[in-house]
Amino acid sequence: MAEAQPNQPERIKERDSSIDRATAQKALLAGGIAAAAAGAAFLLARKSNATAPDGPVISDAPAWTLKKATKQADRPIAAKTLLIGRPRAELYAVWKDYRRFPDFMENVEGIEPADEGASRWTIKAPAGKTVTLVTRIREDIPDRKISWESLPESDIETSGQVEFEDAPGGRGTFVSLVMSYAPPAGRAGQLVAKLFAREPNIQARHDLRRFKQLMETGEVTTNASPSARPSESPAQPRV
Amino acid sequence: MRALTWHGRHDVRVDTVPDPEIVNPRDAILKITSTAICGSDLHLYDGYIPTMRAGDVLGHEFMGEVVETGARSTLQKGQRVVVPFTISCGNCFFCNKQQYSACDNSNPAETADMSELLMGHPMGAAFGYAHLTGGYAGGQAEYVRVPYSDVGPIVIPDGLPDDQVLFLSDILPTGWMAAENAGIEPGDTVAVWGCGPVGLFAIQSALIMGAARVIAIDEYPRRLQLAKELGAEIIDYREVNLLEALTEMTGGIGPDAVIDCVGMESHGLTVDNVVDTVKAHTFLGTERPHALRQMIIACRKGGRVSIPGVYGGFADKFPLGQLMEKGLTIKSGQTHVQKYTKPLLDLIQQGKIDTTFLISHHAGLELAPEMYRHWHDEQNTYTKIVLKPGMVGCEQIAGGRGEQQEPREQRDLQPRAPELVG
Ligand SMILES: NC(=O)c1ccc[n+]([C@@H]2O[C@H](COP(=O)([O-])OP(=O)(O)OC[C@H]3O[C@@H](n4cnc5c(N)ncnc54)[C@H](O)[C@@H]3O)[C@@H](O)[C@H]2O)c1
Ligand SMILES: [Zn+2]
Ligand SMILES: [Zn+2]
Repeated sequence: MAEAQPNQPERIKERDSSIDRATAQKALLAGGIAAAAAGAAFLLARKSNATAPDGPVISDAPAWTLKKATKQADRPIAAKTLLIGRPRAELYAVWKDYRRFPDFMENVEGIEPADEGASRWTIKAPAGKTVTLVTRIREDIPDRKISWESLPESDIETSGQVEFEDAPGGRGTFVSLVMSYAPPAGRAGQLVAKLFAREPNIQARHDLRRFKQLMETGEVTTNASPSARPSESPAQPRV
Repeated sequence: MRALTWHGRHDVRVDTVPDPEIVNPRDAILKITSTAICGSDLHLYDGYIPTMRAGDVLGHEFMGEVVETGARSTLQKGQRVVVPFTISCGNCFFCNKQQYSACDNSNPAETADMSELLMGHPMGAAFGYAHLTGGYAGGQAEYVRVPYSDVGPIVIPDGLPDDQVLFLSDILPTGWMAAENAGIEPGDTVAVWGCGPVGLFAIQSALIMGAARVIAIDEYPRRLQLAKELGAEIIDYREVNLLEALTEMTGGIGPDAVIDCVGMESHGLTVDNVVDTVKAHTFLGTERPHALRQMIIACRKGGRVSIPGVYGGFADKFPLGQLMEKGLTIKSGQTHVQKYTKPLLDLIQQGKIDTTFLISHHAGLELAPEMYRHWHDEQNTYTKIVLKPGMVGCEQIAGGRGEQQEPREQRDLQPRAPELVG
């Protein structure tokens, strides 16, 4: 999926060794809100300091919201639910048709069919690289759930699932995207993983949000518009 | 094209930037005919809003002529439209509830993420504002790209000049929603802090909605005079002890509803305010809620607090116990502009609402940086500035149409305006 994490850098194609502009701008912007977010971070920090009770879990909340994580490696790298105001079947149908993924998955360059019903993905990775991912569908319950996993020939080892559930009160569909990925082997791989540890998580959240935009509004939201920054085009999104 | 761009605190410039382009099918491009400077722009000018970037095009109050449309826009070239400052998709959970400023889709994924960290949920987007709210270019420019042009812009019938309809983009609906949020009941006394454009329209709306009495508070004589001409009683808070005056003027009860049309840059040389100012400039806190603190103390028991004034984050010394013990109700929010444009346009066409009385200056776009300086430094003289990209120079307008108002007794007997449910 789009949140690919390069864990075998020797197989990653070098496209551009300079840090790409988008990454640099994101860093700048992050600095800008740092001060204002300090207060929010304080609240979040307080929250995670609280101790979780021992004993069996009694909360009706999704597993990925548990404080007491199982081993870090078992934790999904990304898990997010969004309400989308469209019927379950319609959302499932679009997610089933992988040719539409590049419409809302920003980092997916292309998807082609591979052997035995598998699909081969070309995914943009940080710093101008690409990774290849070959996935097969593991489970497919029409209008409810699709899960997938990567095959050994992939650059990264990942699995994920998307679930569609009627939202209470006739509000549409809860769409939950859950992704896992195995930490890469080798020293170089770990370095890359460390550098971009948050990237797959963020990417998955963004892709789910874009899916919602596309399904509800018919287009993927963009702030593309003029600015006095010479590096920007009025037809390209501004980070 | 030429556009007013932000470069830092008290540094705005007119730059040449690329023209906007149609990017999405629902987009339209407008050629701007009028665009105003807002109190919210002052918060950017003073550097109080985080996530601005040097080179951003400002301006969220604008109207113009449609010059280009995307495949799914319902607008036609040549139409004159006013555009809500809130960018709203019209399709999401919030838009369906007419809570347009809370739109869940207008903020692009990246910037939505940032605001989710800060606010708990991603904020809706607005034109010409910070990147937390989408980072879209604004309309203090010759042209602007308008997303979701099939649901936001309102088409203006021929014969209505720009000055009569431009403020449908923000401050007129904002004043209206501020009064609506005050839950005005017949016989109410409503106190309004701040007689800037938002305060003045809140006063006008409160009276239309049936307030028996409005007390307007500011320090600038010209702004207070405009409030008086609308029918409000006025208080210059430098002249009197404000809290005592409000208690005395209401026989010990206090105002039934209070409206904060000041926002995060409250004036006042009091200890709390000076401490807040230092903190805001060092980003230790973002607010100077001096006026809001006063409002909560002044409001009657069981009364209502309406906050259209903009705040950005955490406030210190907030009178929470007073709020609870007195049983107050608070309503706030960026205005759900799309909900109000049509009914307010109707009231303008029926002659029930005048929007022109507060305009003090017209100026060409090239003069925008100078106008920002005046708007910031000379609030007494500059009560509302409208920029016109085609115009050369600046023109001062003899404002104050108060003499057209009916005497107070008559107005008090007027029936309440019909409920505005879009
Ligand atoms: N909620 C919304 O959607 C929305 C929309 C537009 C504007 N706003 C906000 O509304 C506020 C007012 O906007 P404006 O255009 O009228 O701004 P403005 O700066 O022209 O007016 C503010 C007025 O408040 C007065 N004031 C300052 N401190 C005061 C105090 N302690 N007591 C009483 N009055 C005081 C000032 O003298 C000034 O006249 C701003 O915060 C603006 O950002 C909100
Ligand atoms: Zn405004
Ligand atoms: Zn919406």
